[in-house]
Amino acid sequence: MAHATLAMPRKSKRWLTSDRLISLLLIAPSVIAIAVFVYGFIGFTAFASFTKWDQMLPDFSFVGWRNYEKLFNTTRFQIDLANTVVFTILFLIACLALGFLLAVLLDQHIRFEGFFRSVFLFPLAISYIVTGVVWRWLLNPGSVQLGSTGVNLLFEKVGLAFLKNGWYTDPNIGIKAVVIAATWQMSGYVMAMYLAGLRGIPEDLREAARVDGATEIEVYRHIILPLLQPITLGAVIILGHMSLKIFDLVVSMTGPGPGFSSDVPAFFMWDTTFRGNNFAQGAGIATILLLSVAVLIVPYLVYSTRTEADV
Amino acid sequence: MSAPKNWVTRLPRAILYLVLLAFTVFYLLPVYVLLITGMKGYTEVSLHSMWDLPRAFAFDSFAKAWFGSPAEGFRGLGDNFWNSIQLAIPATIFSSLLGSMNGYVLAKWKFKGSNTLFMLLLFGMFIPYQSILIPLVLLTQTLGLYGTIPGLIFVHTVYGIPITTLIFRNYYATVPTELIEAAGIDGAGILGIYRHIMFPISLPGFVVVMIWQFQSVWNDFLFGVIITSRPAVQPITVALNNLAGSYIVEWNVQMAGSLLAALPTMLIFVFLGRYFMRGLLAGSLKG
Repeated sequence: MAHATLAMPRKSKRWLTSDRLISLLLIAPSVIAIAVFVYGFIGFTAFASFTKWDQMLPDFSFVGWRNYEKLFNTTRFQIDLANTVVFTILFLIACLALGFLLAVLLDQHIRFEGFFRSVFLFPLAISYIVTGVVWRWLLNPGSVQLGSTGVNLLFEKVGLAFLKNGWYTDPNIGIKAVVIAATWQMSGYVMAMYLAGLRGIPEDLREAARVDGATEIEVYRHIILPLLQPITLGAVIILGHMSLKIFDLVVSMTGPGPGFSSDVPAFFMWDTTFRGNNFAQGAGIATILLLSVAVLIVPYLVYSTRTEADV
Repeated sequence: MSAPKNWVTRLPRAILYLVLLAFTVFYLLPVYVLLITGMKGYTEVSLHSMWDLPRAFAFDSFAKAWFGSPAEGFRGLGDNFWNSIQLAIPATIFSSLLGSMNGYVLAKWKFKGSNTLFMLLLFGMFIPYQSILIPLVLLTQTLGLYGTIPGLIFVHTVYGIPITTLIFRNYYATVPTELIEAAGIDGAGILGIYRHIMFPISLPGFVVVMIWQFQSVWNDFLFGVIITSRPAVQPITVALNNLAGSYIVEWNVQMAGSLLAALPTMLIFVFLGRYFMRGLLAGSLKG
């Protein structure tokens, strides 16, 4: 088949064309599926959010921005947005701080590193539903009459009774109790990312700084943290978009809570759409959720795929 | 960083290990409660002794969580466990195969706009699924897939495409292009190269992708609760949530049920943790 190098270009060109067709056919099912099930469906949802469809039977009469106006004037949705902000900020700080601390601890040439790493990571393998059910009982405060249960009981036993509180049953805590369970589940992820980053920093770099008289803390502040910045950015985006979408954990752990103190937009959407049959309102919440995630994800996606394309 | 010699240098090491142990306690606390509660007999189960070790082993809670209690009027998780198996295995296989083909084309048969297409595909793995639920329910109802396990398999396959494509594309990108050119000169076409070169060398990639997909389908709740309303076809996460939301089910049975629902993915983590990690880090794109 292949003999002269001169014949190569023409030949490989022809060889390309029929294979090119097959290559397009190979990805066609996926491309069509994503076009319909992601982009088509998003378009439908956005369209539905501008209609009057507030009962079981579809009603596609156009109402303009009315659903959005109503939504932003709904107390529940206002609380949900505030809860999302609180949850996102606390969850990000907790996961980043804990994840970084654990990664640095594990990077000190310790024994049983594999064991510790697995302990911090295993919550990632289980369902939010399982996490929610277990933490619901752990953070069940008990009652005055029958005594404390869960973590409160543990606090009593070890002499830390002053830490006892109502957890998710206290409207002032509400969503913050969910942050504890979410951090328990996701902090290992940040640890893994940072640990991979730390392992990528050559030892010479740290050694050179130490020779120059830098303390161990200065090495981390001035050398290691700046080098880990891309990882921090990645972690903020991944965790940030997760916290905007948080749903399963709220369903299984707390539900909307007293005075919607642990309610989130994703739960409200599910509630109003599939329990209340207010499809237009649900579509509105979904569209707002999508836009908030897109603001975070799209620049990151463009940046990531751009730089990858240069390789 | 050589071995510490006296107590002055040893002290920080001791503190280091103490801190690590304290965190270990925090992460294992729920597991401790899950295990000891599951092992307690009915006479011993009380919220007020939830931290105490069991005096005798009994597996009543597991039996009740698995088989249910028709007398008290609740279903066990046994059937739902099998539903999840029947759902997760085909969904995993289908989306892995699609992802492998996409990854191959997008890594080695790039065309004008293929990077943009890849980006558009990837966006699908970040969207809040709330934004597609309403038309998804309508379409699955129209197609007769609503409320069925094949319907759920289909949905998980479709929404699994972005992540499987991402992992395979990054995997295939590391295969030298010379290898493919050489095979092309030898007369192999796109399918031949896939079958004889790419597919065989991507078996470790398949392990990573399949583990990742299995655990995400197994752990999914949203699609399960939206697509299946009949308890008989619901996956285990949905059934567990129903069990936990029911006032007639004791908390120890809920704990045992949680352990059953967590078991398959926990076993995968314990035995194939390395591969699990790779899938995890791939999900952060450049992580």
